[in-house]
Amino acid sequence: MSSSVIIKNAVKKYGKFKAVDHIDLSIHQGEFFTLLGPSGCGKTTLLRMIAGFNAIDEGEIYFGEVRINNVDAHKRDIGMVFQNYAIFPHLTVEENVAYGLKAKKVPREQIRTRVKEALEQVQIGQLRTRKPSELSGGQQQRVALARAFVIEPKILLMDEPLSNLDAKLRVQMRTVIKKLQRRLGITTIYVTHDQEEALAISDRIAVMKDGKIMQIGSPEEVYKKPQNTFIAGFIGVSNFMECNITKTDKHHDISIGGEYSIPVPISEDYIGKGIISARPEQMSFGKEGIPGRIMLSTFLGDFVEYEVLLSTGQTVQINEYTKDESLVKQDGTLVCITLDADRICVYDFEKEEVIL
Amino acid sequence: MKSPIKPDFWFWVKILLVAILALFLIYPFSSLLYRSFFSAKTGQLSLANYIRFFEKPYYYRTLFRSLFVSGTAMAATVLIGVPMAYLMTRYNVMGKKYIHILIIMSLMSPPFIGAYSWIMLLGRAGAVTRFFAGIGITLPTIYGKLGIILVFTFKLFPYVYLYTSGAMLSIDRSLEEAAENLGSNKLRRLLTISLPVVMPSIAAGAVMVFMTSLADFGTPMLIGEGYPVLPVLVYNEYMSEMGGNANLASTLSVIVVTCSMSVLLLQKYFVSRKNYVMTAMRPPLEEKVHGLKRFFVTLPVLLVTGIGIIPQIVVVVTSFMKTDFTGFIGGFSLNSYEIIANRLGTNIRNTYVFSTIAILIIVFLGILISYIIVRHRGKTGAILDILIMFPYVIPGAVLGISLIVAFNKPPLLLTGTAAIMIAAFVVRKLPYTVRSGSAFLQQMDPSIEEASINLGVSPMKTFFRLTARLMAPGVMSGAVLSWITCINELSSSVMLYGGKTSTIAVAIYTEIVRNSYGTAAALASILTITTAISLLTFLKISKGKVSVI
Repeated sequence: MSSSVIIKNAVKKYGKFKAVDHIDLSIHQGEFFTLLGPSGCGKTTLLRMIAGFNAIDEGEIYFGEVRINNVDAHKRDIGMVFQNYAIFPHLTVEENVAYGLKAKKVPREQIRTRVKEALEQVQIGQLRTRKPSELSGGQQQRVALARAFVIEPKILLMDEPLSNLDAKLRVQMRTVIKKLQRRLGITTIYVTHDQEEALAISDRIAVMKDGKIMQIGSPEEVYKKPQNTFIAGFIGVSNFMECNITKTDKHHDISIGGEYSIPVPISEDYIGKGIISARPEQMSFGKEGIPGRIMLSTFLGDFVEYEVLLSTGQTVQINEYTKDESLVKQDGTLVCITLDADRICVYDFEKEEVIL
Repeated sequence: MKSPIKPDFWFWVKILLVAILALFLIYPFSSLLYRSFFSAKTGQLSLANYIRFFEKPYYYRTLFRSLFVSGTAMAATVLIGVPMAYLMTRYNVMGKKYIHILIIMSLMSPPFIGAYSWIMLLGRAGAVTRFFAGIGITLPTIYGKLGIILVFTFKLFPYVYLYTSGAMLSIDRSLEEAAENLGSNKLRRLLTISLPVVMPSIAAGAVMVFMTSLADFGTPMLIGEGYPVLPVLVYNEYMSEMGGNANLASTLSVIVVTCSMSVLLLQKYFVSRKNYVMTAMRPPLEEKVHGLKRFFVTLPVLLVTGIGIIPQIVVVVTSFMKTDFTGFIGGFSLNSYEIIANRLGTNIRNTYVFSTIAILIIVFLGILISYIIVRHRGKTGAILDILIMFPYVIPGAVLGISLIVAFNKPPLLLTGTAAIMIAAFVVRKLPYTVRSGSAFLQQMDPSIEEASINLGVSPMKTFFRLTARLMAPGVMSGAVLSWITCINELSSSVMLYGGKTSTIAVAIYTEIVRNSYGTAAALASILTITTAISLLTFLKISKGKVSVI
């Protein structure tokens, strides 16, 4: 697969602060790639470096074979969708979408057909003579999308495009964007702080923190095998528990609270303190295990969420699907918790990096 | 958007703007500062001029007088302006919309017209004075400090009114509802919530009053008579030293500027740190009162506004009175207008030509400066932001002298030309356009420009095609204010005009000095009508989104 965007050792500094700190990335042709991270992690800064709105202080960015460090923003041939849409308020929907084509001096006849097609792609053909002030948030979002892809850019950038929409519309628009991207096959770099959105929409995700990339992988990979405790905590819900790792001849054992111990296939020679992370749905109730008491049960329809106080003094969250268990356990019930060695992650206590 | 290191379009724009401001603002004012330390006797730099100022009662008393008059006017405008703002924002005052426009109108008209009108009414031969003299009552004299304070108060209370009512409308209803819910009655709510929250705005308005009255030349000159304040002294010293040097006048100028600058900085220091102004999701409701109560709510508002607008009415009425060389002779005629058309046509033409040229330059510079201040928050932006505040604290007379001092010898010999008049207009009135333009731009999402660049339009083209186009309402409203103040400009023009470059404002001043009240009224009416039309245009294009202050 050929690479569409290659970022080598990119750095962006504000004074001494490194907003983007030596980032390397390679984004494939036609891929839907997401930069995910909490606010201030440098994801938008990196996106704006690609767009040409932030200077690249160190390192290099290539579009295919072409180094674009010194290419002006207006010559990069990128489509971009902005967080607050940035619709030109004095132009109609049609004129907004035609703006980039006019700048490229596309013949008038062709502009008309392309604008019409683009508006139909995002299902707002009937709104073409409206002014932006007469549009809802979702409709403005569609105009912004049409305006960005109608110029047939090599790359499409999206900076938190859904963050100003209400929850329901956000889910709806995210499907619109995903389908459109598939249909056009355009390389897309998407920025969001919403982990659920990132999981839903992306081919691959780069999780960022403090200007650095923590992990790159498919949604499934970053969810199931978070490389460190930050990612485990940031994506989805994780229960963290301290454990003790010991080694026998053949395998490692991890024990929690001195009462419960399971064998795990850790490859490294690590022994000592570790951190276990387990998803609420990866823990289950059993006959043996870590003893605990149910403090609060919350019935949520398709599953029940239990807050369990363990004998170690720690509180964990456990989800149980209602189709598996018919009865909701009452608050105060004494239970035992078991872990599945194949599904949990174990981290080095000091570096908080994955060892299992 | 960070500007790249390589010299781009904005790099050259910044150089151009800084060069212009350096030439017409920094250089003249530095020359003035230099002059103020220059001793005429020894020909060396010394503190002699300053020592002379603080030793001689004749000089230093003018400083006290200036501070007294400005301070009293400031207190009076607060006492009038704040209750006005309260009544206008909280009650259904009758004819509210029109009253609001009239209040702005009285602020926009030149102060010396106020002075002139009060002389026409309450002066020695004034209509009211004679009426009371006829029934045996002698009114106190209007000349001197009383007159100055009267004119300032009714001319400048709109500053306090506008700042305060703007702030009162921005208090969210929930704030007072919360206080009410916690058991506060109406008076207590006003004293403990509403007033403290709008306090910074009241202070800002009061400081504007103080600085404007400290800088005004026309009013004390006309109605002050034996009561010289600083700007008058600057003028007298300068005029009496004509042909010689302007050293002492420069010293006085520096002292005036120091005063207004200190007040401005004090206000910034104490007030800006407490800015509670918010955007009200739900602005406060106006209370609907009926019948007699509504009448009593409207009466004081109407009374104050009425007094404020009297000068304009007096001016227009007297301009149609029949006159000869002895003064008004009863009956109405157009002879004042005939006289000015024959004798002062040049002044009228100059006013409009100079102001139009100045406005074109102001709009051009204003758009660029606002853009750099708001979008390029670098060093140049910060410098421009400070420089643009400077004309607010430099009185017109002082700017006039600075320009003369700076441009009275080759290669930059500009004194007596139209260019120097226009330069003074531009420097003095540019801030209105910049403030309005940058306030407007601040509300505009920067990603709109980025979207355009991203779609393949270069930054320079984006600026002219998109940004400038979108900034137009803000810049144009500011430009109307610049225009109104240009045509009414007296204090710098009176220093700078030459035989062929006199304006209407200057002519009004000289006509009043010559007791030619009829022609002065006709000229003043032209200004008043132009101001009124321009102001209505402003209110129409700004749609209430851009404030006049």
